[in-house]
Amino acid sequence: MSEAGDAVDLVDSALADGILAARLAETWGTGRSLVAWLSTVDHKIVGRRYIVTAFIFLILGGVLALLMRAQLARPENRLLSADFYNQVFTMHGSNMMFLFAVPVMEAMAVYLVPLMVGTRNIAFPRLNAFSYWIYLAGGITLWTAFLLRVGPDVGWFAYVPLSGPQYGIGKRADIWAQMITFTEVSALAVAVEIVVTVFKQRAPGLSLGRMPLFVWSMLVTSFLIIVAMPAIVMASSSLILDRLVGTHFFNPAEGGDVLLYQHLFWFFGHPEVYIIFLPAVGMVSTILPTFARRPVFGYLALVLAVIAIGIFSFGLWVHHMFVTGLPRIGESFFTASSMVIAVPSGIQIFCWLATLWHGRPVLAAPMLFVLAFFATFVLGGLTGVMVASVPLDTQVHDTYFVVAHFHYVLIGGSVFPLLGGVYYWFPKLTGRMMSERCGRWVAGLVFVGFNLTFFPMHLLGLAGMPRRVYTYQPEMGWGGANLFISLSSLILAAGFLLFFIDALRSIRWGAPAGDNPWDAPSLEWATASPPPPYNFLHIPVVTSAYPLWTERETLPVTIGLRVERREVLVTTVAEARPEARETSPRNSIWPLLTALTTTVMLIWSIFSPWAVVWGSIPIGIALIGWFWPKGTPEDDA
Amino acid sequence: MRTALRLGLGGSLLALCAGCRGWQSALDPQGPEARHLRHLIWLFTGVAALVWVLVMVVLFVAIRRRCLGSPEPVALTPPAERRATFAVGVASVATVIVLALLTAVSYRATGALGQDTEDAVNIRLRGYQWWWEATYLGPLSEATFVTANELHIPVGRPVTIDLSSDDVIHSFWVPNLAGKQDLIPGRDNRITITADHAGTYRGPCAEFCGLQHAHMSLFVIAEPPAEFDKWRDAQKQPAAAPGGDEQQAGQQIVTGTQCAACHTIRGTAAKGTVAPDLTHLASRFYLAAGELPMTRGSLAAWVADPQTIKPGNNMPQVPLTGDELRAVSAYLASLK
Repeated sequence: MSEAGDAVDLVDSALADGILAARLAETWGTGRSLVAWLSTVDHKIVGRRYIVTAFIFLILGGVLALLMRAQLARPENRLLSADFYNQVFTMHGSNMMFLFAVPVMEAMAVYLVPLMVGTRNIAFPRLNAFSYWIYLAGGITLWTAFLLRVGPDVGWFAYVPLSGPQYGIGKRADIWAQMITFTEVSALAVAVEIVVTVFKQRAPGLSLGRMPLFVWSMLVTSFLIIVAMPAIVMASSSLILDRLVGTHFFNPAEGGDVLLYQHLFWFFGHPEVYIIFLPAVGMVSTILPTFARRPVFGYLALVLAVIAIGIFSFGLWVHHMFVTGLPRIGESFFTASSMVIAVPSGIQIFCWLATLWHGRPVLAAPMLFVLAFFATFVLGGLTGVMVASVPLDTQVHDTYFVVAHFHYVLIGGSVFPLLGGVYYWFPKLTGRMMSERCGRWVAGLVFVGFNLTFFPMHLLGLAGMPRRVYTYQPEMGWGGANLFISLSSLILAAGFLLFFIDALRSIRWGAPAGDNPWDAPSLEWATASPPPPYNFLHIPVVTSAYPLWTERETLPVTIGLRVERREVLVTTVAEARPEARETSPRNSIWPLLTALTTTVMLIWSIFSPWAVVWGSIPIGIALIGWFWPKGTPEDDA
Repeated sequence: MRTALRLGLGGSLLALCAGCRGWQSALDPQGPEARHLRHLIWLFTGVAALVWVLVMVVLFVAIRRRCLGSPEPVALTPPAERRATFAVGVASVATVIVLALLTAVSYRATGALGQDTEDAVNIRLRGYQWWWEATYLGPLSEATFVTANELHIPVGRPVTIDLSSDDVIHSFWVPNLAGKQDLIPGRDNRITITADHAGTYRGPCAEFCGLQHAHMSLFVIAEPPAEFDKWRDAQKQPAAAPGGDEQQAGQQIVTGTQCAACHTIRGTAAKGTVAPDLTHLASRFYLAAGELPMTRGSLAAWVADPQTIKPGNNMPQVPLTGDELRAVSAYLASLK
């Protein structure tokens, strides 16, 4: 104890930089053993795992998409059976939404937000490790079921009664619903971590009005997750109860309501789209000023737009239900609200255009993806205005027009900025640059392939092709367009393939990046690439919204954090004035064990309701282990 | 690459123009409802195209107008920022105005749909996995006769269709005539369609309903009122008596085996209610919800092996000898 007592007094100002770096690395580092690797709570290591895992799910989902395109290339094709095709499209949607799009955005935030706000680790780092393991377990569960040919086959929104006890055969819909539970838990955990990190761990001086726009976007996204997820918890839990213990939430014969499920699902499902889109908006707002070589135009307008989109996103869910026969007056309200959300989206576009107009843009690879984003997202937003109109929607709802629309919004609006973000932050994550030449090819192939694949789908939808059909009749005259789309999808796939090749190659052989290769203004570039385990040698002090542009030489720093224990600086919510020093938990194997026991309980409960009773005992034991005092200095505080 | 893009898009547009004139196309309206909707689609498309082009032009100019690539971050000049604020403000106000106008147009279109339902023909349509049951209703909403998968309607007269489902959610959508409306268990929906011209219009089930969702088509046959009345009177009649020994044998098999447990043939012992009414089966154009054209050969093939033709459907394979199969198909083909 006397050693610990001595260490308490050791603060960072007492040591020279070189010794300080070594001591901090010792305090914050992750060992090299397997157990250490499984126990780490470093947000950078967890974030990197998250990102890699999410991109693996992107590849898997992409393979499913190509399978669908192969099946649809010819009318009455018998390549895939109806049963397998229905599993494939359900897996594609569920995988892309729940295992790729939402997690990858959270993953980027887990890695970047603590660096961007200038702190040493994310808030609740053990919860963060737990959230990754539970996400991984959910993904493995879903894919194992699919590989065993019992993948869900009811579409990614699993409407009842098709997914209910009477029509959803076997355990397929249960596996879907339980995969939702896994991702709910992991998403909620990350959302809470992000909110607390952003509100309480910002570097001194990084007031709300100076916060990077990506951080703003992630803050709003996290609140969306916290508010939207309970609705899907209700929907999927009620579905499981209907199926497993014979409740009648959705059974009209016993007083249940089929449409209740749709309301619950879309009350989550529509904000979900913005949970995927808002982080991408933040990436655009972050990448754009760096390459336009000027601060973003309309910072306040952009912040307000993100908040407005977040709030409005809860008032749109009924536009997924325009043909279910709801009262006209109600539908009219949702037409208006769906139109209204186009206003903040438009304001964002105008602010970005103004930024470019009055900047001196550098058209490096990350910027090309942002330009591709403009062309596709604006189009997707405009078709969004079309489907917002009730009467118009009755013609295009559930057709390939809608398939085209949401791929324009999700790929154009989210994946393009994400790819740009990978090219942009790759040097920070790995210390090496991705290839600029490859980047140009990737941007070109993906952009051209994407448009050739998805634009004709608008026309197919208007020509009457419904979505989710495993085949179509030759006399419909859709064969040519479908073949064209299937061939174009290969161009898109080639673009992604080149992207992954470039990323893998650059990890080892990319040009060394240095701390700040793009001369970017925000704090994540104020440390080494890749950052050391403690992120910053000294916590920086921020004096403007573009700290690295205002302080061209060195940033002012804070001193006084302890060296021998993990300690982060807690600051006030609005002004980020230093408030307290707070300990940050050490590495622990218990989050992994908790995730494993939770996984056992969740999978078991697909088969028996008693799993919830008996399965919670090991979870309880794991949680006791998690919170048991170990006598480390971190426990004292 | 841009040229390739343009050529490719042009090619696929051309390929689809055949689709625009199709028997299942929202862009080839054959009734007042669908015509309203096509106006709306074109209007929204035009506005969207204009906005998109404007944004792209501004984007293009924005990245071309300055010499590119400043090494140092550029300093902001207040006059330029003021001009940008003004431009963004104007664009935002314009966005609000355009959206308000589009919303108003949308509301007006909603009001124009589904009017004039007096003197309407009334049909009750039920969705099943994976076929449609149509019950024609009399003046007091009493059922007059039941048929399946094909609706005959008189040209020029509104037709109200009551939509419901007993199993999962389906969706009624005949794009040449109107937008879609779901068939939901436990709920009653209604849609009105009117055909201006005689013709056959096709409608797929438009809500994913399970294994054979792709093979659940509906046909609307619009015909002049006189022909429609003739058809309706014929449908009210019980099934034709078998003519000849082979058809007689066929009838005995159909009404005496498990076929009768699911199907109804009015005027015979077959009174099942879970599968399509076969009373006037051969008067329809298609078999198995659009799967096969109605011929004796298709009937034989379907009865012999329904699970290969439409995998997973609810019709079991009934073991029959070659002679029995011939007799059954002869009888079914006689049910005009």
